[in-house]
Amino acid sequence: MAEYTWPAMEKRRVVGKRISRLDGPAKSSGKAKYPSDLNPSNILYGAILTSPHPHAKVKFIDTSAAESMKGVTSVRVVAPAGTEIQWAGAELAFVAADKETIARDAIRAIKVDYEVLPHLVREEDLAKAGARAKAAGEQVSGDPEKAFTESAATVEGFYGIPVITHCCLEPHGQTIQWQGDKIEYWPSTQNVSGVGGDLARGLQIPVANVSVHMDYMGGGFGSKFPSDIWGRESAQMSKASGGRPVKLFLDRATELTIAGVRPSAYANVKVSASADGTITGWQSESWATGGIGGGGMAPIPYVFTGIPNKRMNHTAVSLNAGGARAWRAPNHPQASFITCSALEDLAAKLKMDPTDLFLKNLAYTSRADVYRSQIAKAMEMIDWKKNWHPRGEGPLDGRMRRGLGMGIATWGGAGHASECRVNIHPDGGVEIELGSQDIGTGTRTAIAMVVAEMLGLDHTMVKVKIGENSFPPSGASGGSTTIGGVSSSSLKAATDALQKLMEVASASLGTSADQLEATDSTIRVKGDPSKSLSWKQACQKLGTRTISETGKNDPKNPGGLNTQGVGGIQMADCSVDMDTGVVRVNKVVAVQDCGLVVNPKTAESQVYGAMIMSVCAALIEERVMDEMTGRVMNADMEFYKLAGIADIGEMQVHMDITPEHDKRGVIGLGEPCAIGGVASLANAVANAIGVRVPTVPLTPDKVLKALYGDKLGMVRA
Amino acid sequence: MQAFEYASPKGLKEAVAMLGPDAALLAGGTDLISLMKDYVVSPKRVVSIRNIKELGGISGKSGGVRIGAAVTFDELLSSSAIRAYPALIQAAQGVSSPQIRNVGTVGGDLCQRPRCWYFRQGRGLLAMHNGKSLVEGGENKYHAIFSSGPAKFVSASSLGPALIALGAKIGVTGASGSRSVDAAKFFVEPKSESEREIALAPNEIVTEVVLPAAGSLRSGTYEVREKQALDWPLVTCSVAMGSDWTRVVLGHVAPVPYHAEAASKMAGASGAKMTDGDIQKVAEAAVAGAKPLSQNAYKVHLAKVAVARAFQAARG
Amino acid sequence: MSTRKEPGTGFSRRGFLQGSGVTGSALGLLEQDAQAQSLAGGKAVGPAEVPVTLNVNGKDMKLSVEPRETLLDVLRTRADLTGAKRVCDRGTCGACTMIVSGRVAYACSILAIDAVGKKIETIESLTAGSKPHPVVPAFVNHDAQQCGYCTPGFVMAAKGFLDKNPNPTYEQVKAGLGGNLCRCGTYVGVRQAVLEAAKSIKA
Repeated sequence: MAEYTWPAMEKRRVVGKRISRLDGPAKSSGKAKYPSDLNPSNILYGAILTSPHPHAKVKFIDTSAAESMKGVTSVRVVAPAGTEIQWAGAELAFVAADKETIARDAIRAIKVDYEVLPHLVREEDLAKAGARAKAAGEQVSGDPEKAFTESAATVEGFYGIPVITHCCLEPHGQTIQWQGDKIEYWPSTQNVSGVGGDLARGLQIPVANVSVHMDYMGGGFGSKFPSDIWGRESAQMSKASGGRPVKLFLDRATELTIAGVRPSAYANVKVSASADGTITGWQSESWATGGIGGGGMAPIPYVFTGIPNKRMNHTAVSLNAGGARAWRAPNHPQASFITCSALEDLAAKLKMDPTDLFLKNLAYTSRADVYRSQIAKAMEMIDWKKNWHPRGEGPLDGRMRRGLGMGIATWGGAGHASECRVNIHPDGGVEIELGSQDIGTGTRTAIAMVVAEMLGLDHTMVKVKIGENSFPPSGASGGSTTIGGVSSSSLKAATDALQKLMEVASASLGTSADQLEATDSTIRVKGDPSKSLSWKQACQKLGTRTISETGKNDPKNPGGLNTQGVGGIQMADCSVDMDTGVVRVNKVVAVQDCGLVVNPKTAESQVYGAMIMSVCAALIEERVMDEMTGRVMNADMEFYKLAGIADIGEMQVHMDITPEHDKRGVIGLGEPCAIGGVASLANAVANAIGVRVPTVPLTPDKVLKALYGDKLGMVRA
Repeated sequence: MQAFEYASPKGLKEAVAMLGPDAALLAGGTDLISLMKDYVVSPKRVVSIRNIKELGGISGKSGGVRIGAAVTFDELLSSSAIRAYPALIQAAQGVSSPQIRNVGTVGGDLCQRPRCWYFRQGRGLLAMHNGKSLVEGGENKYHAIFSSGPAKFVSASSLGPALIALGAKIGVTGASGSRSVDAAKFFVEPKSESEREIALAPNEIVTEVVLPAAGSLRSGTYEVREKQALDWPLVTCSVAMGSDWTRVVLGHVAPVPYHAEAASKMAGASGAKMTDGDIQKVAEAAVAGAKPLSQNAYKVHLAKVAVARAFQAARG
Repeated sequence: MSTRKEPGTGFSRRGFLQGSGVTGSALGLLEQDAQAQSLAGGKAVGPAEVPVTLNVNGKDMKLSVEPRETLLDVLRTRADLTGAKRVCDRGTCGACTMIVSGRVAYACSILAIDAVGKKIETIESLTAGSKPHPVVPAFVNHDAQQCGYCTPGFVMAAKGFLDKNPNPTYEQVKAGLGGNLCRCGTYVGVRQAVLEAAKSIKA
């Protein structure tokens, strides 16, 4: 039985190196073909009729005009008379037509009558939620009342973070062809190995009849796991047309309305400490929505779970709005924001540097040493000692007041179940096959690097094939589980394949396989480099036989190749225009541990990306619901605001690569780095302007209100 | 988008003849195409002005400057002819997307429709529902703080406030000939759903903007927006100061660019010599009479700041 | 040798042919002018499909378009020029950026029929020669892409920006790419890539 281990850190030649992503040239030249780019011959275009009402009963739906339009091949009603609609944007009918313009004309020709019902689409004021609010029950530990009475300092605060959407740039959708009993399926998905089964279940056909193909996908962030109704209906429309391929991707407004949201989180928090900053008690009444099902419960107090005296109450609010889907580190960014805001407010009350307060209480966390060193490193990167001032006392440059803040993160990130096949061909070619996907994180490149490392080859000498469900199954890309899973399965497959090759090569080298090593594209005798075969020569010894070995990552027994549990610290430096309330980011820094880092270059990119997403969520991004109409008001990219290239300030990432972290094995990165940023920015703004802006995004209206209260906007008659 | 027929006439006269209630004029397309995609407007005919040479060009005219309606933001910003009008330059720079500056035109900016999200969702310019204003009862953070009637949207024009402050005239051609309108009168507050927000008949075309001679003019524009990258302003202010007059015009606060007449009068001939304290008083005067909605009192504050900073910009 | 530079050209490997109504043509400039002239004649055309010739990446393409179809949709679906993406579809995000008459523009907000007679450059033109335009490798070197869906638009915006600003400062880069949005958050790499591309264009 082969032994599966990562080569010693200092001996690695490929893993750990800064390597440009292999599909970079395809992406940067526009040659990469995404599912939405496919133009198969004889294509049909799909479109969806959605409900304009947030809560209504369909009384009547007439598709006859649409059906009789020239070029329309299918009209399928999915919400017949009697259906109760629970959110605006809910699907009512699907159309397929020869041209997209025709499909859209047909959608507009469908007549629907509704019985409009009362709705609720906003939740930040819990008092207005009425029967739509459901308490989840109280959790108490220790004696919080006693802690509050006896503590030197207690602060109470209200904090809130609204619903945001995934806003995937490639909308949800697919190109699909159902011909005979086979379905060819090109979805934009995070779940290559699983989405075909999901579709098959929905259509009640054998899973084996669905072939999934996906080379690229334009962003998912947790929202692209299922096949969805648009996948099933498109399949049906393809079948109905006699097997013509159907392409249907959501338009932007629909994408922002129904294709997934991150739940909100609001909380009234009370937290106390002794005079030296030791936290003594925590109380929170929190509420959140994730759509009609309620849902979304931020785990607070976050990270500092060991706080001794706690009382927590949570309420789920059901809204007539598009439902939640996993969003990069589900519930963690919200929890980090609420917890770190409360702790920063506590530090301000104690007139402490918040880093001191965080450090003082690390014993309440499960990785005190990691956070201690990360805080020190982040402080150095942002020059905290020099740039931090007590709340509201930061330097004023013109009308810009500067402040610093920090946020904390934790995540699991263990590898998912993954199988990988490595083929070594007699001509020296190496293929790696697995039913995984590269959602933009650099998975393809990481797999190539791992196999190249194990085989002693350059990473450009191996060919990675992913994106097909006919390949050995690999988990969906969610929860930062991909890198751990695919790196472990590829390492094992490569180890076994190499073992087979060495067994063949050993005869020619006059030794046994266990005396050989693979390095620098050669197979050679350990300790005697003169006895060697080039990679090609060694492979030629296979004759006509191809070596094909499969490796598996079993999440229950990862064998030390991957593991879970990381910490991260982000710090932000902002300036606020005290007259306009406009917040400008000067700098954000991140220190992130993720165990063994396969490719620091793409890993850093992921962290930068998460920091930028945090800038969006902290400063400008929110889904705006209108109680009057029950609609998303900003289902576009003008008023659903994302930061542009000028809005993010300077950024610096430090991957916490150390022998101690490295020896733990590979750990996922996508989620942990997407957690602490919002807290750091919100705290920087509180530190700058001297008061807490209770809810993000920190737009000028809210910043000015926090600064000037009711005096804001007073005018002389 | 509903189907339409397309024409690209070569002459102004020909273009005017093709216009009418069911036709839309296409210049840069940065607004019209989106309006059509959202079915907010569904013309039966689209008349492109790209081949009409007489709508282009920037040139001197009676001591001032004539800017053709089809001149793009980029052409405007590249022209040395407008150097004496910083308020206009700064206003144009506020559109921070090169892609929009390259195709968006001066005439298109003046005629673009409001960005009010109720309007864009097909609820009409006034967004009234069962006799109630959706804006007043709903999401109005970006809406008007000045309004004398039912309209609560804000004029989206980036250049309007600056042009009004500078005393520009807007040239319009229709079937019965050409006319020249004060920029201040070009924008109107609609009182009913059947009215529009600009004084342009369906068969008229904006042909040019004429800036008066600059003389000793000083001017500046200040814009407050949430993002530095492409974003709509929350509030803008353009200030122009002549030898014996001052004009203070606010943008994105009313259904029209809002000429703060009391403020203009207060600054009067002394605009360029005012102390910071004086400017503060002028800023207060500029927002007198503002009636903020439930979510936009902050815009009153921002308007005051914008006035003060526009004066600072104008003074250089 | 690079591993699978173009991982999966999707359909072609399954013999799934892409359909396209495009025919290459040697239509001369005069004839093209004539077409622009006839469109420019006093008569309206459409709303049914109208034959037009578009000059794309230096070649004339004969296409049949409804007046209401955008340049983006027509080139993506009928010329298989899918580098430019449809994302916001309302002239905000820049994913559809092309260079039209030498200037960057949002192809989602241009009618195809209104682009007759104009020189249209798409991202595909940047790798048409023997060497890719320097912006392309610069984006790769600085990892200025994650999911990659916004990337072609950014690359074209950067190319158009550098055409006009061959010696940009860092601040100019930030201002010059203000018309594009990325969701994954690749701006740090994009800034560096544009500066590097400026240097390699000069070298």
